[in-house]
Amino acid sequence: MAGCHVVTLDTMLAAMYHDASGATHVLAAPLPELLAALTEPGAIPAILERMGIDDDAEARALLIARMDELRAIGAVDAA
Amino acid sequence: MKHVLHLRVGPIRFRIGSVWRQPIVQLAALYADYPRDAGIPDYSVRLEPAIGWRRWIHPPVAIAGDFTVPEALPLRFAHALLAAEMAMNLQLALGERRLLLLHAATVERDGRALILTGESGSGKSTLSALLAHAGWRFMGDEFALIDPATGLAWPFPRPVSLKNDGIAALAAHCARFGPLLTGTPKGTIRHLAPPAAAIAAMDVPAQPALILFPRFGADSAVRDVPPGEAFVRLTQASTNYVGLGRAGFDALTRLVTTIPARAIDYPDGAAGIAAVEALWAQA
Repeated sequence: MAGCHVVTLDTMLAAMYHDASGATHVLAAPLPELLAALTEPGAIPAILERMGIDDDAEARALLIARMDELRAIGAVDAA
Repeated sequence: MKHVLHLRVGPIRFRIGSVWRQPIVQLAALYADYPRDAGIPDYSVRLEPAIGWRRWIHPPVAIAGDFTVPEALPLRFAHALLAAEMAMNLQLALGERRLLLLHAATVERDGRALILTGESGSGKSTLSALLAHAGWRFMGDEFALIDPATGLAWPFPRPVSLKNDGIAALAAHCARFGPLLTGTPKGTIRHLAPPAAAIAAMDVPAQPALILFPRFGADSAVRDVPPGEAFVRLTQASTNYVGLGRAGFDALTRLVTTIPARAIDYPDGAAGIAAVEALWAQA
């Protein structure tokens, strides 16, 4: 994710700095894990597989909700 | 403006100008051991009447300088020294872009720095002053200055602002007290000049080694503070974290992920010092 810098703080939280906005975000699981899985673009099933999560309707809905949150803060873009 | 004092405190140069002579005389006495540096000041402070026509009749003293905030209420003339101190704090808080500022006291031993951070009333100023007379080098009680490039803490050893009960706790060192200021917005205040050795060492940085979040007035207790919590609390304790951008982010994440943090409750100064010494031995 160009322009985003993530530092793992502890087992619960990570901090992310977003260059364009200058904003700092504190991320709780699973957002740091999701960002790590998005080092390359991918479709929903591929992302779930990278995160080791079974692909079902609930997982997809949760993933999409988290992706929307990351998109809202400018951390990810739709491919 | 007829009266001026040039000061250097650690890496920061101040020029303090005043309409009145008395505050400059008081400042000069309190800062007697500090270098008089008439080089280009980093910040200017102006002591001037908040209301022009009241210049000579019970003048309210504005907290003014390069940077001002509209909600800063003027102080009585008897508290002009306090106005100068508050104005210096304000200039640094709003203007600094080279060093990461944390609202914290800092003391040093063996080249390693202890950072004491917390809200007003947590006891960090009094505790740092007590530690300064118990084998620690005093580096400051208002701001910890963290170098984003190196992670080192730079001294900013201004006189300690003791409040209310804290004044009595340091009574043994009254020879270095400034004037007693009663009836200020924060109660009774008295400034205590740091030990001369601490002032002489104001250009010697230290490597942060432990962060403490003290809380005065409660039964003794210690709790680990995980890096995530320390990070959030320290962003709130900084006036220029946002302004430093990526450099501030890198400096603060490095600080909280490389050194331990603890929260300590302590009922009195002796217990506070004991808690510090015990935790320092483990750091």
